[in-house]
Amino acid sequence: MIRQFGWGEFLFLLEGARWTVVLSLLAFTVGGALGLAVALGRTSKWAWLRILMATYIQIFQGTPLLIQLFFVYFGLPLLGFKVDVWVALTIGLSLHTSAFLGEIWRGSIQAVPNGQNEAAAALGIGYLHRMFDVVLPQAFRIGLPATISFLVNLIKGTALAALLGLTELTRSGQLMANITFQPLQVYGAVALIYFFICIPLTYCSARIERRLNAAR
Amino acid sequence: MNYTFDFAPVLAAWPMLVDGILGTLRMSSLSMIFGLSLGIVFMLMRMSKQRTLKAIAIGYIELIRNTPILVQVFFVFFGMPALGIRLSGEQAAILAMTLNCAAYAAEIVRGGVQSIRPGQIEAGRALGMRVLDIYRFIVFRPAIRAVYPALCSQFILMMLNSSLMSSVSAEELTYFAQTLDSQTFRSFEIYLTLGIIYLALSQFVSIALGVLGRVYFSYPAK
Repeated sequence: MIRQFGWGEFLFLLEGARWTVVLSLLAFTVGGALGLAVALGRTSKWAWLRILMATYIQIFQGTPLLIQLFFVYFGLPLLGFKVDVWVALTIGLSLHTSAFLGEIWRGSIQAVPNGQNEAAAALGIGYLHRMFDVVLPQAFRIGLPATISFLVNLIKGTALAALLGLTELTRSGQLMANITFQPLQVYGAVALIYFFICIPLTYCSARIERRLNAAR
Repeated sequence: MNYTFDFAPVLAAWPMLVDGILGTLRMSSLSMIFGLSLGIVFMLMRMSKQRTLKAIAIGYIELIRNTPILVQVFFVFFGMPALGIRLSGEQAAILAMTLNCAAYAAEIVRGGVQSIRPGQIEAGRALGMRVLDIYRFIVFRPAIRAVYPALCSQFILMMLNSSLMSSVSAEELTYFAQTLDSQTFRSFEIYLTLGIIYLALSQFVSIALGVLGRVYFSYPAK
């Protein structure tokens, strides 16, 4: 007896969507923290650190996310770590996030007028306070729309977890499509769930961007 | 760490990797060309004064931009046969990437077209240019020139995204790498090589498109 795609099946997809959200938030939090370090390194006064971070960003922006995930998933065991798919995915997606957010935030940091930095330095404020109390709060505003857009990309990127076997939204869809033989309805529903997760963020980002542009 | 790296089986399979590179380039170029054309149509709809056309275009663009390309290709590859349309892996991949690219291209090109000041068009009209010529020389070409870098990065993004098409057995680079993986079990070496190839490809394409853009858009100096 073949199951029909009905309400219960839809709830199964929602169950999967929960892991999509959890994975996205995990990667965004860890990747955001790393990304801040990347952005600070990318704007530091030491040339070697800037070059190092630029290379790091270039590597992640020049290779497919799927390959990055495979690389972490197959590479970590060689270093002697036994990793399950959750750990591998969180690490892989976080590194990916850190490179992209690092580049976005580098742009925002550089968009803050340099006089702010110089004035703070002239007042004898140290690097950390200068960054965290003067420059970054202003950069945050500038970088917010692009950061939210990246979060949407990250949520879409977590769909790749399905290819490594984590039962998030897309994988739930694959399983359900195999059970019900109704791929059109199932993938349609999966797409709609992603859509309703992402569209508020997209809308938010566009709105903030408009407001920032109006203020300028 | 007691693992001996062995790149020999990977390097020995170079004809396969070359096939893969060609497959990747073929699929992403075709999708970019189709996607850009379709994207211009959506852009025109998006900017038209007709409410319905505009709503359809906005709906399409937002739907595509807010769902993962992996789900889109699954929808095309597994879902379409239910409607009686059976596609090979590569056809499904190209179709999905085209549909995906169209949405992004529409928004990029719209940005370019909006950057053309109305005075330019009025000047063209004052000079007695034909409507089609105005669109061709005053609107589109400068608009494309303005957004050319964004279109280039869109192309590179799509080339990287084409790696997902291995999941519907479209024969591109990652597909061959996975085949090789199942033959040799040299996962780490394979994915390291693959990463280097993609990195080289994206650098190469970025430079090549940059040169092409400089030649093609070098007017009016030419």
